[in-house]
Amino acid sequence: MLRLNLILLAAVLISALADVSINHRARKLVTSYEREQERMRALEVEWGQLQLEQSTWATHARIEEIARQRLGMHTPRTNQIITANP
Amino acid sequence: MGRPGGGMKLSRSPLLEERLPAWRAHFVMGLLLLGFAALLARSFYLQGVNKDFLIGQGESRYERVLEISATRGRILDRHGDVLAMSTPVKAVWAIPEDAKLTPAQVRQLASLLETDPRELSRKLAGERDFVYLKRQIAPDVAAQIANLKLPGVHFKNEFRRYYPSGEVAAHMLGFTGVDDAGQEGIELAMNSQLTGKPGGRRVIKDRRGQIVEDVESIKAPQEGKDTVLALDAKLQYLAYVQLKQAIAQHKAKAGGIVMLDAKSGEVLALVNLPTYNPNNRTRLSGAQLRNRAFTDTFEPGSTFKSFTVALALDKGNVRFDTPIQTAPGRLTIGSATISDAHPHGMLSVAQVIQKSSNVGAAKMALAIPAEEMWQMFDNLGFGQPLKLGFPGEAAGRLRPHKRWRPIEQATMSYGHGISVTLIQLARAYQAFARNGDLLPLSLTRVDAAPTMGIRVFTEQTAREMRAMLEMAVMPGGTAPKAQVPGYRVAGKTGTANKLEGGSYTNKYVASFVGFAPVSDPRLIIAVMVDEPSAGKYYGGEVAAPVFSGVMSGALRSLGVAPDALEKPLQMATIPPAKEEM
Repeated sequence: MLRLNLILLAAVLISALADVSINHRARKLVTSYEREQERMRALEVEWGQLQLEQSTWATHARIEEIARQRLGMHTPRTNQIITANP
Repeated sequence: MGRPGGGMKLSRSPLLEERLPAWRAHFVMGLLLLGFAALLARSFYLQGVNKDFLIGQGESRYERVLEISATRGRILDRHGDVLAMSTPVKAVWAIPEDAKLTPAQVRQLASLLETDPRELSRKLAGERDFVYLKRQIAPDVAAQIANLKLPGVHFKNEFRRYYPSGEVAAHMLGFTGVDDAGQEGIELAMNSQLTGKPGGRRVIKDRRGQIVEDVESIKAPQEGKDTVLALDAKLQYLAYVQLKQAIAQHKAKAGGIVMLDAKSGEVLALVNLPTYNPNNRTRLSGAQLRNRAFTDTFEPGSTFKSFTVALALDKGNVRFDTPIQTAPGRLTIGSATISDAHPHGMLSVAQVIQKSSNVGAAKMALAIPAEEMWQMFDNLGFGQPLKLGFPGEAAGRLRPHKRWRPIEQATMSYGHGISVTLIQLARAYQAFARNGDLLPLSLTRVDAAPTMGIRVFTEQTAREMRAMLEMAVMPGGTAPKAQVPGYRVAGKTGTANKLEGGSYTNKYVASFVGFAPVSDPRLIIAVMVDEPSAGKYYGGEVAAPVFSGVMSGALRSLGVAPDALEKPLQMATIPPAKEEM
């Protein structure tokens, strides 16, 4: 009878300690999950800003200016266009 | 102490001897019971009656409800290019009572916020509990301010809307206010779709403010939906550049261009000038803000003759080669006289369009019952808003036919005494660019366009009108400057005196509506230039070159095959000496 009680006592103690440690680990995991989520949000913001930057660099006004001025391109005249029929 | 039996007997204690009264024991017992009862009642009160309050109090010590913000949807062009997008920014606010800053700190903060230090001190000296120092600042600037660790200065998350295309598509897109709600244009028209709904969740935070447990999600955030417009950013830019150039060249007050896809009814480009930069709206006037193509009506002038002629053809009153006497270039109806800019003499119906004769159009109109003419205008969508959900859309003026006098019917045949918006006019020309039917317009991308719209004219009429309108842009017509090398184009000029306070002035609205390629029309473009004042004011001189510039660029950019190699249709000219109509 006494031995059984001791075994049960030990079991209760172990389970209590395990509970504490599991809880602690769970909380740590939640914290790191939250950190990753935060990072995800920050990356999303950055992605948005990059998208904006891309469309700002790619404005047609800028492309036309570079094509005409820096690269010396021009619109082809009608007699310079050859249509390839499929 | 001795053993029992020897000397004094223990039980002989005088205290015990004296037999205490029984009530004292009962009294103590009673007190103890009362104590337990009080404990029981208290614990019942705490665990049962007052439970919710206490749980709430406990949770408020460690639980937090976090708001999960939802981003406003993007606005994209038909190819997915970003036209409007929200990015998170910060608002800096302060509690003046807590914000006791040294002059050096104020200067530092002011330089980061790019404001005047005195203005900042004035704000911080205020009586209020809460004051915004600056809204919508970039996140990196906010981080720098946070590093200063100023007392009583706090941050709030906000969104800011950016429009990469700037003033090019300003009227189409509109803009949002500081609270991220649409105020103009598509932003307002599609606000409910674009707006996200913020969600919330309950979490447990530890002493250091870290989230340690996710308790529950109260409401999942709903992100705003992206809106894909029918607009083509490249065509929009093309139209913007061409119109801007024309307005500067002709010293015009304002102008507009609408480009439609003839196959699907999509609005591919819509430009109004003057415009504004939606990213910086510090100085805005009503004239800049107005989306003229939708909200401003004007008397269309000769672009309306096409409808009159089409109705006459449809009814079988005339054929394209029916001769009409327009000499001497004047026609008197009642007490009023209408006249042509240049007298022409005998013209065929096709030439009435080609030369844009008012007298010719009026004569055809007077042979048509007023009700039928009104019905046609109504079918074409004049006198009623297009109902695209755009804010402030105008209906235009189309008076009921019962009150038309003959002179009014005559002037309406060439587009006076009636007013329309530019987008209505462009839409009505669908009837010619298509085979006599009209599709509903769409601001958003249409993936499966209906093949057949509402029929207004017969196919035969539409085909003949295309040929006549093609003549108008050929040598001898009113708008040879509308030609596009490599493509067959068709269209009609309009030059209308402006009506101000009930009488006509010598200010003009020059317009041109046309489509190309004629062999299989793909694009419809309507151009309007308000008050050109550098000498030229005819639609063929002012608006037609803009049409040509935009059309040639757009057809090339869309990769439409040139069709000008075919010989254009020859139209009948009038054989000499025939009876008058």
